[in-house]
Amino acid sequence: MAEFIRMTALSPTMDEGTVQKWNVGVNDTISTGDVICEVETDKANMDYEAEDEGVLLEILVEEGGSARVGDPIAIIGEKGEDISALKQQAKQQSEAESEKQAASAAGQADKAAAGGEAAGEAAAGTGRGQKPAPAQAAPQEAGQPQPVPGAASRETAAGTTGAAATVPPQGTVSGGGKPVTTRERIKISPLANRIAAQNRINIAAVRGSGPGGRIIKRDIEKIILGQTQAGTTAPITGAGGISDMETPVSQKRAVIARRLAQSKFSAPHYYLTVEVLMDELLASRELMGQDDPQGKLALNTFLIKLAAEAIKKHPLVNATWLGDKILTHGSIDIGLAVDHEDGLVVPVVRNCGARGMREIDTDLRALIVKAREGKLSLVDMEGATFTISNLGSFGIDRFTAIINPPGSAILAVGKINKRPWVNRENTIEIKQVCALTLSCDHRVLDGAAGARFLAELKNIIEQPLRALL
Amino acid sequence: MAKEYKYDIAVVGAGPAGYVAAIRAAQLGLSATVIEKDRVGGVCLNWGCIPSKAIIHQAGIFSRTEELRGMGVAVDPSGFDYESVYKKSRAAADRLSKGVSYLLKKNNVPVLKGYAAIKDGNTLLINDKQELTARNIILATGSSPRELPAFKFDEKLILSSYGMLNLKKLPQKITILGGGAIGLEFAYILCAFGSEVTIVEMLDRLLPVTDREISNALLQDFKRKKIKTHLSARATGYKKAGNGIELLFEEGGKESSVTSDVLLVAVGRAPNSKNIGLEEAGIQIVKGFIGSGDHYRTNLKSVFAVGDVINTPLLAHLASKEGEVAVEAIKGLPVGPRVKSGEIPYGVYCEPQVAGFGLTEDEVKESGTDYQKAVFPYRAAGKAVATGDIYGMVKLLFNPKSKEILGAHIFGADATEIIHELLLAKKAELLPEDIATMIHAHPTMSETLMETARMAEGWAIHI
Repeated sequence: MAEFIRMTALSPTMDEGTVQKWNVGVNDTISTGDVICEVETDKANMDYEAEDEGVLLEILVEEGGSARVGDPIAIIGEKGEDISALKQQAKQQSEAESEKQAASAAGQADKAAAGGEAAGEAAAGTGRGQKPAPAQAAPQEAGQPQPVPGAASRETAAGTTGAAATVPPQGTVSGGGKPVTTRERIKISPLANRIAAQNRINIAAVRGSGPGGRIIKRDIEKIILGQTQAGTTAPITGAGGISDMETPVSQKRAVIARRLAQSKFSAPHYYLTVEVLMDELLASRELMGQDDPQGKLALNTFLIKLAAEAIKKHPLVNATWLGDKILTHGSIDIGLAVDHEDGLVVPVVRNCGARGMREIDTDLRALIVKAREGKLSLVDMEGATFTISNLGSFGIDRFTAIINPPGSAILAVGKINKRPWVNRENTIEIKQVCALTLSCDHRVLDGAAGARFLAELKNIIEQPLRALL
Repeated sequence: MAKEYKYDIAVVGAGPAGYVAAIRAAQLGLSATVIEKDRVGGVCLNWGCIPSKAIIHQAGIFSRTEELRGMGVAVDPSGFDYESVYKKSRAAADRLSKGVSYLLKKNNVPVLKGYAAIKDGNTLLINDKQELTARNIILATGSSPRELPAFKFDEKLILSSYGMLNLKKLPQKITILGGGAIGLEFAYILCAFGSEVTIVEMLDRLLPVTDREISNALLQDFKRKKIKTHLSARATGYKKAGNGIELLFEEGGKESSVTSDVLLVAVGRAPNSKNIGLEEAGIQIVKGFIGSGDHYRTNLKSVFAVGDVINTPLLAHLASKEGEVAVEAIKGLPVGPRVKSGEIPYGVYCEPQVAGFGLTEDEVKESGTDYQKAVFPYRAAGKAVATGDIYGMVKLLFNPKSKEILGAHIFGADATEIIHELLLAKKAELLPEDIATMIHAHPTMSETLMETARMAEGWAIHI
């Protein structure tokens, strides 16, 4: 079935992009990962890689034209498909700027819908357990354009509420009688709908207090009021002091949701856990720090470097699944998941295999400062071939992480605990133990391959000199 | 164990607030009674809205004799007898009052004749002797014509609206003190029947409740009708002048006067809050009105007050609504705390009529909200031209961003009927676009609404 190719956030701060050049033309066949166009973002010119396969049926944004994130820029589908409805929809969307923005927001929400759970998990993975926003399933028509003078307006007027009420013909009903489709009828007054669109509020998440549960102005105003009073969150209903909260999805969160959902749903994950003795490494770190005028290296620097050394011996861990081939990366670029108030960011330290720990540490510290200040550029974050997520400082003993594409594995590092440990002499001593959990993409790494890498990493951490072997 | 009360609800006053409240209570399965000292139906039905509309209708017919002459029909008005007009108005009032009595009976609501005074939150004293208990009491005692100390009603020379409606003979000349809804309706009636009418209004425009632009159009129309108006004029007193009365007033710093057969004082209405035991029962009174909060509850938990006796616009339809709200709240139904002020329509039944709701342009300006207006003249509507009702306009005030309807005001034929389309739009939160794109039958006055909405959307066809 034909669908839109939408402008995506090609940089973390991008709201709008300009199509510089189309690399494909109408009727060209597109594969996932093909660079279909070049887009100028607020940061730089970026390649737009196709996420879907099919035939390019229509270009909606010509070269030099711009589109907000979430707006359709092209239509992809099967050759000869009827795309008049999609074209009409796109035309309406481009006709009113404010509604266009809303459509963008709704579009993002729609995309995020499928990944609601994963987004929550991803957030938990950075220690920011946050309930996924309820009901992201916004019909994209939620903020349909409205006023067009003249005859065209009649259609549009019907569309204002009518579109939101659309149940697609494919809409199926499950045994429980609940529509499976996300496009349920939403009862909303035209005024409330308009104000919601202007304020980019996802009406699918709003509970109506009007006749028959209709969403009315008051309901939307409550949310707007809540937003201005309490930042991004807003109560929807206030019965007895218990209220639902709606949090509009930020660009960044939408990207997190989309990427991690894509990863979790497309990459078959499996997980391996080992317990690693940290005493040697920690002692070395202390010793090195004592003599070094630049101070101690970060623990994560050790983990990054030692992981890179282990990767050198197991290069498949440093690879990307491309559908019909596996790309093994030459450079070991390791991302470190960093908590930020806006959400998870993953700055990447380049070429960790070839560089020393001091360099890695310097890079890492600079990146973390940038991350905390929200100043990471796209270049700082893209293309991690391996990722480490460390929740030890949050007191998490062990956890599983979602693979961060384009990598094929991610290492989840837990808290270092002092534990009674049975040593080789069968006596018990107190050791500092850390649980490492490796999530692997089974398409790239079979269980044994992942296990070999993790065993290697364990050995290197426990006896850092082994890295030199 | 809860105390036993005779009724769930006792309503004091059987006007539009009281009788509607009682019937609504009965509908909801509550036992209710109404205490009424006069006629069922209240002022509205007996001495206000209804008889005045009966007279206005006949005035309209009379005023159209000119049109008959235009068709070559000789009309001889010499046999005109105003008393028959009066009798028709009484017949309408009587019929409706009986109708309400019937409705109350049908709903098993007993009507107690007599004066009621409130004793405590659950007890009324009827005619100073008989006690009646109820779980809840609703006070709906209404209002009376406001009397000015310098112009005591004698209902001969100085008339209230009550006296005016009871005239059996028309004055040749009349002075009306007050250019509000009541004054304007009588001005229209008397003018239509051929009397010489002078209006003296303290404020700078007629019908201060409406939008200034509408007021101005109304003033123009009154001038066309040869109704004299003195605005920003303050009445200072009167002198008897032969069989008539001379009203003294100040206008623009100058002393002035006008002599007529009678003086109608129509300067508003005062709440009937005296001698019903409010002070004794400890019910709060604010500026003469009974104080009321959410769901029109007074400071006594079990006592509610609705209609003209509380300080909300003195309109029969609002009074009825308030009665419904109070009863539904007593029943425990989910109902909004008060009627929204922006959704209360008003209507004035001179011809052309005036109707509207919500904010006036002055009020919108004062509120500081961004607004736009669309004003469509009647003369651009086919129906208005065909029937000769070209004096009029529809004015729509709306928020330019959200397009929310802020207020609507109509001056023109059928204004009091067609206003409801806009009011429904307001209440249902429809936008001008919804009205603009809805097909309106042609030719109708309602088309003016569609065109006004189209103006708001920037594409009116017929202008």
